[in-house]
Amino acid sequence: MSLFDRLFERNGKKLKSEDRRRLLRSTVAAGLFTGLAMLGFIPVVRRWRERLRPPGALVEHEFLAACIKCGQCVQVCPVKAIHLADIDEGYGIGTPYIDARKQGCDFSCDAVQCVLACPTGALSHDISTKDQVRMGVARLAGPDRCLARQGRGFKGVARADDSTILHRYMSVNRWKPIELAEHPYDLELCDLCVRECPIEGAITLEKLTGEPDDKRKTPVVHQSCVGCGFCETICPAQPAAIVVDARAVWPGQHGA
Amino acid sequence: MSRLLDNLAIMLGRAPRKPTVLTPAAQAEFARQNSKEGKADRKRRIAEEREQNYRSHFWRNWRWISIIVINLLFVLSYRADVQLVEGALTASRFVGFHMADVNSALQVMLAYKHVVINLLIGTATVVFIWWLVGGRSFCAWACPYHLLGEWAEMLHLRLAVRGLVKDHALHRGARTVLYAIFAALAFATGYTVFEVISPVGILSRAFTYGASLALIWVGVLLLIEVFYSRRFWCRYICPIGMTYGFVGSAAPITVTYSLANCLHEGKCRDVCMVPHVLEMTKIGYADDVRINIGADCTRCGMCVEVCPTKALTFDIKGLNKLL
Repeated sequence: MSLFDRLFERNGKKLKSEDRRRLLRSTVAAGLFTGLAMLGFIPVVRRWRERLRPPGALVEHEFLAACIKCGQCVQVCPVKAIHLADIDEGYGIGTPYIDARKQGCDFSCDAVQCVLACPTGALSHDISTKDQVRMGVARLAGPDRCLARQGRGFKGVARADDSTILHRYMSVNRWKPIELAEHPYDLELCDLCVRECPIEGAITLEKLTGEPDDKRKTPVVHQSCVGCGFCETICPAQPAAIVVDARAVWPGQHGA
Repeated sequence: MSRLLDNLAIMLGRAPRKPTVLTPAAQAEFARQNSKEGKADRKRRIAEEREQNYRSHFWRNWRWISIIVINLLFVLSYRADVQLVEGALTASRFVGFHMADVNSALQVMLAYKHVVINLLIGTATVVFIWWLVGGRSFCAWACPYHLLGEWAEMLHLRLAVRGLVKDHALHRGARTVLYAIFAALAFATGYTVFEVISPVGILSRAFTYGASLALIWVGVLLLIEVFYSRRFWCRYICPIGMTYGFVGSAAPITVTYSLANCLHEGKCRDVCMVPHVLEMTKIGYADDVRINIGADCTRCGMCVEVCPTKALTFDIKGLNKLL
């Protein structure tokens, strides 16, 4: 007697054909749904997207395991920097990420609210101040586009192409981030990435040459950079001259 | 105790069995029903109730309101800054207190392999609440997919009556197998594998945070339910339902069956999403005169509404003794 004959036998009687079809359907459905759920591996393993995660995110595989996909971090962010990933990110579905060009984190909540909101510690509760955060590292990706390196200033509204961007200006309102349009600039030499960087000393402008009349400068990223991405948000070059590499770390440092 | 184990086994997929031992009261009741007068009485009562054509949507209306209000609270808490229940159905804060969906928390703990205190507190709270109101009452009274599933079912039944579609039943053990598979996958891979296909999480997040591509998947599931298999997801797949089934297996709030009132017409089993819990309504299947409905029951109240003779009613265990 074959395995299937035994499998489809009950109480010594052959199952009726309807019962057999039902069992077959059930097996196919269980296999299908397991298979569909396993498709979630592909975007994760193939690293279709390297997402910039909110402050305090654990290393990526632990982060994906620990995140309960509830979006409480989204709700507390005062600049609405955090979004939830869609089903095309596989097991990353419902996990929070930051699109630095659209809206980086500027720590205008002061006390890493997203970390405090996280119920599972996927955003690690070991983080309590902004300088402990390690989301990535900023990098001058397009030096040719950088206004400071061309010796150019900046006048007007930063990122006029996107009116939704918010930023907290301590000099305007300590408690409420405002739209960039409400805060135009008039800068002799563009230093937006340095000026609006929420971490003191993470980026500095250094002279490009030793020549005294050469007013060209270049942004230099230092080890205190936490990778919040606000320099990428505010950069007036199109596309941004300075970008943040998600999850990047300085040699010898750990991400967090 | 044996009743509880029996109910759990039925929830896991075992077919209900005809009891061999009946209580004296049940024997007496069956004897009455099988007597000449009993049969005549049943015939008369059936004719009577068919004439009255009793119909009620009392519980359904309250249930729909409950599902809508619960999910609306999540949305308004964020969108209108009401701040009452922040988060999604997977995890939230209710006026500051942690709440976590039991199944989502299980997936996270299996994948992450850490005991997260906040999650444990949130899960315990939710377990207590849903134990109190009956475990799978989460499905019928809170789950947004259940509501969509109900509408899909109505459509399915209308089409089925006209012979346009046919219900393809599955073996209920499929859900048990999938439950084990998803738990094992979460543990082995370190990813919350089930969340990718969970329409509950997808819907809850979409309501609060905006539409997503994932809604297409929910649409596919609903199409399966309309055209292929009645209540496919809730009956044969969803591990969330099974988790809450365990939670509510010994819940105080139940639907109770009264043999004396039953005319054995089977109307309740026709409307029920989990008709295997109503097996005792068949002639000769009740081993007692009063039986609490098993663990898989969602307390949706459809059987209560459809029963013309109040053989099925909502009950709070022990309340009669207390009063």
